[in-house]
Amino acid sequence: MMKVVEGSYGIADAVRCCSPDVISVYPITPQTHIVEHLSEFVANGKLDCEYINVESEFSSLSSLIGASAAGARTYTSTTSQGLALMFEVLFNVSGMRLPIVMTTVNRALSAPLSIWNDQQDAMAAREAGWIQIYAENVQEAMDLTPQLFKISEDPEILTPSMVCMDGFILTHVYEPVEFLDIEKVREFLPPYRPEYVLDPKDPKTFGAFADPSWFTEFRYLQYQAMERAKKKIEKVSKEFEEIFGRGYGGLIDTYSMDDAEVALVTMGSVVGTAKEAVDELRSEGVKVGLVKIRSYRPFPEEELKIALKDARVIATIEKDVSIGYESALLTDLKGAFYNSPIRAPIVGFAAGLGGRDIGIKQIRKIVEKTSRVLDAGIEAEFEIFDVKQECLQEGYHGR
Amino acid sequence: MRPKDLATEAANTWCPGCGNFAILNAIKPVLAVLDEEGLVAIETVVLVSGIGCHAKIADYVNANSFYTIHGRTIPVATGIKLANPDLNVICFAGDGDAYAEGLDHLIFAAKRNVDITAIIHDNRVYGLTTGQYTPTSPSGFKGRSTPSGLEVPPINPLEMVSASGGTFIARGYSHGIDLLKEIFRSAILHRGFSFVDVLQVCATFFNLYDHYNQRVYALEGHDPLDRVRAEEKMREWDYDSDGPIPLGVFYKKDAPTFGDNFEEQNPRKIDIEDAINKTLERYI
Ligand SMILES: Cc1ncc(C[n+]2csc(CCOP(=O)(O)OP(=O)(O)O)c2C)c(N)n1
Ligand code: SF4
Ligand SMILES: [Mg+2]
Repeated sequence: MMKVVEGSYGIADAVRCCSPDVISVYPITPQTHIVEHLSEFVANGKLDCEYINVESEFSSLSSLIGASAAGARTYTSTTSQGLALMFEVLFNVSGMRLPIVMTTVNRALSAPLSIWNDQQDAMAAREAGWIQIYAENVQEAMDLTPQLFKISEDPEILTPSMVCMDGFILTHVYEPVEFLDIEKVREFLPPYRPEYVLDPKDPKTFGAFADPSWFTEFRYLQYQAMERAKKKIEKVSKEFEEIFGRGYGGLIDTYSMDDAEVALVTMGSVVGTAKEAVDELRSEGVKVGLVKIRSYRPFPEEELKIALKDARVIATIEKDVSIGYESALLTDLKGAFYNSPIRAPIVGFAAGLGGRDIGIKQIRKIVEKTSRVLDAGIEAEFEIFDVKQECLQEGYHGR
Repeated sequence: MRPKDLATEAANTWCPGCGNFAILNAIKPVLAVLDEEGLVAIETVVLVSGIGCHAKIADYVNANSFYTIHGRTIPVATGIKLANPDLNVICFAGDGDAYAEGLDHLIFAAKRNVDITAIIHDNRVYGLTTGQYTPTSPSGFKGRSTPSGLEVPPINPLEMVSASGGTFIARGYSHGIDLLKEIFRSAILHRGFSFVDVLQVCATFFNLYDHYNQRVYALEGHDPLDRVRAEEKMREWDYDSDGPIPLGVFYKKDAPTFGDNFEEQNPRKIDIEDAINKTLERYI
């Protein structure tokens, strides 16, 4: 039965169904409601776990390192500034192969100060060795939660992961969702039984020094585990669909891609709007399609090559900028295709920064600009989209 | 200069009854008078705020100001002061800012005796993120993140700053503006790290007006140079017990400040040029 709930409540409930042993969190807008709902579940006995209200995000992730190493299933959630503060710890977690799961609520990074959505925070952490999957809607973010615990905890993977969801747009929206059934989740996600755990009977050291004769091998093994995660994400996604009846594709999903000449590639909640724009444009005879990236790390190179092989021109739409060189997804996609037979031009748009709306109108504009490449060739490979006119004038450096 | 010259056009978005108004209404006249008296020119004042309800004070005072990120007022203020010692740097931080996210900075500023003033809006709750507990919330506090009551006792920030070597330690209350003004004035004029914990009532998430009104009293006949007595007074209320709550300047001490005293403090002061020459001579 569908129920209309706030996105954050849906996530908290999905986390509850995964029966984490330790949750450690620090409040920050727009993640706050997730952790407040979790604290209510703990208070009213719906969730039996250790819940630590720590003094900073640095502490929240650090305390989970300890808990995870001691054998606990661990969860946290943060956004933006909080994720930035965790930066050092992110690498520590993945390097120690601790399967911590985090809901990363996507929000812009300061300065200038903004509490609104974009995906700069998670993108800045893309090298941190965490699996990153971006949800299109609340239900997907909920359903991803047990899937990511299962993937992360798999002995062949042992890699932490993030469910990325757009701040406010998904955390604060009221949407009809199907709650997970805790019994079914238990079946799907067995208790965490780690092989490597702090155990007085079998002493071990975590986080030890690796001298140059071994450091490379640690990274190699992490890299391999992330590669293996590709198949695992697909497999777990199918298993989930069999049990719960909801599927979202694997590493990517496609929409109206048959015979599409103009292909959009994007991720997160904007996918929903992009689908509507595609429908509109299709009804007007424009051959446009959409590829939704679900898994950004690991990057679905092969799947993208298949999905985009017949497109005549490709455009990425993403909510982040790599100041100094384009945007992350654009660069990754071009890199993925360089040694392939695909020669369709690729252009990229950084849009929706710091909460700027990306509506159907904006997407139509992007499609229009992208279509022009077919006749006029590439004018700009990369564009920060929707910049105020005054700012575009030569010699303008802000006031 | 009059306090109203320090007003800005920014619309005030604090809740009605918020204790931040008292801090704002105390700091403006203090700055105006200090400017009039030629003790602190307003152009040399820099207000450094954190992230939280308190931080909006930077928008409401017409002076140089700097919004930092959550928890980082003190290091930014330290940098400003060291780069330009002529500036008078005043931090406005929340209790979340100063006692949780950025606690380490508070301890080090006290230890170094950096010549800045830190005014902590201690509403004992995270106001901006809507009512979660902070390090000074009393045990049993039922906030948004602790629905069944906080299990851990609060810290006493005065004792902590004292233990870290603080040279000016005071407590104010957002009700009773004269005392607050007096404290702010002495804090700003003190050379060294001045720490003021202001019991700033959050009318929306933790309204303690009645509680405080029945318990606060101003320190009288107290000698702030007497460290032993000062610490006794700091311990009189531990932010948890029901006892009387003293307000005023608990402790004050003249001591060298960070930055201007490095050479004096360094007994093994060496003449760099001389040392380089001697080293070179050995090799040439
Ligand atoms: C790194 C980081 N974590 C969390 C937040 C979210 N946040 C903003 S204000 C705040 C707490 C504010 O509490 P306090 O410092 O006591 O200020 P008040 O609002 O009570 O004045 C928090 C947790 C943030 N901005 N940055
Ligand atoms: S929430 Fe509390 S601290 Fe914030 S403005 Fe309102 S009363 Fe003041
Ligand atoms: Mg506060």
